Amino acid sequence: MAAPWASLRLVAPMWNGRIRGIHRLGGAVAPEGNQKKKRTILQFLTNYFYDVEALRDYLLQREMYKVHEKNRSYTWLEKQHGPYGAGAFFILKQGGAVKFRDKEWIRPDKYGHFSQEFWNFCEVPVEAVDASDCDINYEGLDNLLRLKELQSLSLQRCSHVDDWCLSRLYPLADSLQELSLAGCPRVSERGLACLHHLQNLRRLDISDLPAVSNPGLTQILVEEMLPNCEVVGVDWAEGLKSGPEEQPQDTASPVPA
Amino acid sequence: MIRRVLPHGMGRGLLTRRPGTRRGGFSLDWDGKVSEIKKKIKSILPGRSCDLLQDTSHLPPEHSDVVIVGGGVLGLSVAYWLKKLESRRGAIRVLVVERDHTYSQASTGLSVGGICQQFSLPENIQLSLFSASFLRNINEYLAVVDAPPLDLRFNPSGYLLLASEKDAAAMESNVKVQRQEGAKVSLMSPDQLRNKFPWINTEGVALASYGMEDEGWFDPWCLLQGLRRKVQSLGVLFCQGEVTRFVSSSQRMLTTDDKAVVLKRIHEVHVKMDRSLEYQPVECAIVINAAGAWSAQIAALAGIGEGPPGTLQGTKLPVEPRKRYVYVWHCPQGPGLETPLVADTSGAYFRREGLGSNYLGGRSPTEQEEPDPANLEVDHDFFQDKVWPHLALRVPAFETLKVQSAWAGYYDYNTFDQNGVVGPHPLVVNMYFATGFSGHGLQQAPGVGRAVAEMVLKGRFQTIDLSPFLFTRFYLGEKIQENNII
Repeated sequence: MAAPWASLRLVAPMWNGRIRGIHRLGGAVAPEGNQKKKRTILQFLTNYFYDVEALRDYLLQREMYKVHEKNRSYTWLEKQHGPYGAGAFFILKQGGAVKFRDKEWIRPDKYGHFSQEFWNFCEVPVEAVDASDCDINYEGLDNLLRLKELQSLSLQRCSHVDDWCLSRLYPLADSLQELSLAGCPRVSERGLACLHHLQNLRRLDISDLPAVSNPGLTQILVEEMLPNCEVVGVDWAEGLKSGPEEQPQDTASPVPA
Repeated sequence: MIRRVLPHGMGRGLLTRRPGTRRGGFSLDWDGKVSEIKKKIKSILPGRSCDLLQDTSHLPPEHSDVVIVGGGVLGLSVAYWLKKLESRRGAIRVLVVERDHTYSQASTGLSVGGICQQFSLPENIQLSLFSASFLRNINEYLAVVDAPPLDLRFNPSGYLLLASEKDAAAMESNVKVQRQEGAKVSLMSPDQLRNKFPWINTEGVALASYGMEDEGWFDPWCLLQGLRRKVQSLGVLFCQGEVTRFVSSSQRMLTTDDKAVVLKRIHEVHVKMDRSLEYQPVECAIVINAAGAWSAQIAALAGIGEGPPGTLQGTKLPVEPRKRYVYVWHCPQGPGLETPLVADTSGAYFRREGLGSNYLGGRSPTEQEEPDPANLEVDHDFFQDKVWPHLALRVPAFETLKVQSAWAGYYDYNTFDQNGVVGPHPLVVNMYFATGFSGHGLQQAPGVGRAVAEMVLKGRFQTIDLSPFLFTRFYLGEKIQENNII
């Protein structure tokens, strides 16, 4: 651990051969055996032709651009319909679900269509957001942070939510009571450290975070950091090795004189 | 009879015969000869480097448009932005000359790796803000096809600067400037501090400023390797060697007031190889001085500072290496996971390292206590006498701690005003500086690299205006003092 760090430790998984890999990028860390994948033709040609390399570069940039497009900040909508309407529209467009106060959950169906009636009550604050499996990233959080009275936020399995995004959640500290980060591949213990701003948090789910290096120890440290919060997801004994089996000692018996 | 003639161990069966053995008695190393002939034939074929006489692959090329002296994070950042902002793909040939490819003494690898926006100068704040967004999107900026993405291990825990009574007013005005530039910094009173961080002893603290976003620390080695990899994929050449000489030409010109001025132009850079007298003269158009702690030597080679003192010719580059220690200790009851990088009123700082109750920190010595920068030996007494008492006062849990290890690194310290030098030299017209950042070079490297690339390619600063950082301020005496140096 003493610096200088002499070797580059790359924790994140290898790029998939296919260009769709930008989403797979956030997938679970592949075990060593899977590293030797069959190379695709494009990969093979990249080593020989600059044009193929440029083409793959362009496709990669296009994938990243698509994610950016999805996470635009809806400032015009906010002016028209207020922060709650704009935030709700953003979540629903991404494929998540929204619950306004005293109303039912609004979810898009499998074709991505959702009921437009929430525009009628966009003065009502949004109480809960379920953004599981959405492509929300750092810029997209702009829209989410407008929901000042949000009580429950679920970011399960969001592949673009990372430590930087967690450092941005502090404006919701007054209202947020429930947060779920289960299955986010880019969240590590460093991002969890900046959740200490959320002092009203009552339930935090940090199960199945592949980027956390020591889940048991992280659970203990997060519990210490947020004393009023119930931290769920990791058994603190996970990762502890059981010692060698010992003969049960009878400590109650008196020492023979 | 054939078997008798065959050299021992070479024949593998009755029928293997080596050419020439029919005549018997030959002890030619025919195998070696054949492989040498094959190598020569291969080198003549297209696609291979044709070097029949001697191997010069370790030498830099004979011509290069831009030569960057110094391969640390600043030099690589300039190389990256030069390639990113060039008007046409492959327009600029860039060569990075680095003396030590293990980076054993380079400030980048030995750095604590912090990034913060809590400065007093708007330019510094803008540079740090841009660098934070660069690091956040590093896998878009430095994406290389088929290479794994970079994991910077960024801790977004922020910086906590403490101010005593007499510094409180300055801190408030600094925070106002920071907020104007867009940094998210909050001011805390001693009560709020105690509430948030119960392990702190607020004696002597009047005000604290806490960075909420875009501040923290990361792995500088990862950034360096990422930049190196990307820059190599963009076509920048690397060379391991030392710059020993500049060959330049001078031209005498008259200013508008009819005063004579001698302008110099560097034509060649002599790059000497390690542990040998061999050198390669590299013809170049532009030289970038990003040599960090040794920038003054490179500047002296170009003739900067040779003249009567008090004149522009006689103004030297006031950057010198200053040794700084960093200590790593273990304290089981220390501050928890939410600990920011705390900078005390006395100048001592510390931060958490990892999950296991390890901390690292240090303190900048005063001018009188400056250690000798000749080597990177660590003085452990400095921790005992000058660092630990302040830490133990600020965080009572640190009264029991155990030092695990320590290291030392150089600051490329600008003795004039502790801020960087960026931009061209007024007299040596094709030497550009990107050095002298006195401990915050790493966190400003992306912004500074872009600024120097803009200056080289377009002739002026476009995104962040770093004109207060030009070399001429040393001659004109215009100090731009940065107060928040840790």
